[in-house]
Amino acid sequence: MPKVIVPLGPQHPALKEPGNFTLMLEGEEIVDAALRLGYNHRGIEKAAESRNFIQAMYLIERVCGICSHAHATCYVTNVENICGLELPRRAQAIRVITGELERIHSHLLWLGVAAHEIGFDTLFMYSWRDREYIMDALETLSGNRVHYSINTIGGVRRDIGKEQIEDILKKLDLVESRTNYYIKLATQEPTLHARTMGVGKLPKEEALKRDACGPLLRASGVARDVRKDDPYLLYGELDFKVITSDACDVFGRVYVRVFEILESVKILRQVLNNMPQGPVSVKMPPKVPAGESVTRYEAPRGEDIHYVKTDGGVNPSRVKLRAPTLANFESVAYMLKGDQLADAPLIIAAIDPCFSCTDRMAVVDKLSGQSQIETFKDLRLKSIEHYKRKGIDFSKL
Amino acid sequence: MKSIREQVAAWARTASPWIIHFNSGSCNGCDIETVAALTPRFDVERFGIVQHGTPRHADVLIVTGAISKQQKDRLVRIYNQMAAPKFVVALGACACGGGVLQGCYGVLGGADKIIPVDLYVPGCPPRPEALIDGIVKLLSGIKGVENA
Ligand code: SF4
Repeated sequence: MPKVIVPLGPQHPALKEPGNFTLMLEGEEIVDAALRLGYNHRGIEKAAESRNFIQAMYLIERVCGICSHAHATCYVTNVENICGLELPRRAQAIRVITGELERIHSHLLWLGVAAHEIGFDTLFMYSWRDREYIMDALETLSGNRVHYSINTIGGVRRDIGKEQIEDILKKLDLVESRTNYYIKLATQEPTLHARTMGVGKLPKEEALKRDACGPLLRASGVARDVRKDDPYLLYGELDFKVITSDACDVFGRVYVRVFEILESVKILRQVLNNMPQGPVSVKMPPKVPAGESVTRYEAPRGEDIHYVKTDGGVNPSRVKLRAPTLANFESVAYMLKGDQLADAPLIIAAIDPCFSCTDRMAVVDKLSGQSQIETFKDLRLKSIEHYKRKGIDFSKL
Repeated sequence: MKSIREQVAAWARTASPWIIHFNSGSCNGCDIETVAALTPRFDVERFGIVQHGTPRHADVLIVTGAISKQQKDRLVRIYNQMAAPKFVVALGACACGGGVLQGCYGVLGGADKIIPVDLYVPGCPPRPEALIDGIVKLLSGIKGVENA
């Protein structure tokens, strides 16, 4: 059978950063996959060196529009460590609240995107509608829907009031009941099972070998979560479970994420009902001493690691960050091998989806040298058709 | 006064503008808000707006993010593939003029450095309402309504 090379990307709705996958096909089966990154390279790390510490915080926050709080918290924690600041407990609690709300909104967003990839648009609309409750909660808390900028060096910018706490608790009840519905759907809906079970297999050993992290790793049966393994903020005192699944496939990733929403709700209730009293920030020293620091943070997509080095000047002298998606890309190439082309959008979406762009791909038939441009949409429709022929159809739901 | 033909053309153009969304180096904040605008809470389909995958079928190009060096040529290519009449919306502070990413070595600046822009929606990111407001203004502009 002739081998066909399919470049996927760089514009791809299932990728956070526009990336480029080159898939080698034999018939419908993917026999090899290679990856190229860097389309979204802006030079933020370098730019942070020419901003002062506060400005750099706002810049680092804008690395990503979904895990903005994760990046900002990771960075400020580093600066606070270097300054030797002790964070007030109320500030820590507010950071936990923002972080967990962010996790819920990110997981709901992911659920919608994954549902869209398999052609289940009703679920996409449902989960994005429910996500709006969380966005409202984040907005009342911080004043913004996406880049909350709640952090400042030495604490948080805003305190949380009694009405806000009640408001958030009410929204959590809503989200919890909706999540239970999604759990029912995920565990009982046969069409969903047919599209996700056995797709994008990543066995435990392979996941560990490839340094996967976050929900992807937990869906391969490894209970690794920075919040448990190396507690930061208040996580050491909170009661929550690390959700894992032994399914090692896309279904496992759905399972882990929906149950994590419930765990986040649990964490939020604990924190909101027992808010520590006291100030929300301490004063930042006028001069940041020379030093260096590394921080880990469990972002919605996995472990986020930041490194900051200072030399006593007004700017950080080096900022380095490793986002979880980068760690997970290695596994994607593995998971794609041996799967169907029709499943490629879902497998890529399963690690870390983001609706960032509209995509085009070119199918180049090596033997005939013919090239044909296909959009991502065509690929998605193709995958839906492919499964319709097998009797799996969401349009009737 | 416009001729009947112009009026019909304007009506046809504004009844269902199809948008294509291009991430030219954004942080995703703007992209997510664009998608949020399509979902039930905001629902831009009320105005006949549908997001579409191919530039050849789209009328409105929504650019999010400061233009990164890697994405510049691709943006131009997508713009050239769109059939006239075409409109460009720069969504977010980054696309309007570089925003917080100004001066990064991988960034060229706002979208108007590369392609002509018809409408700027500022904000970091703009709320979905701002996007809806922007598109409705664009449509009224096409219709020829003053100060909509
Ligand atoms: S304007 Fe703000 S939200 Fe939009 S891409 Fe730029 S940094 Fe991200």
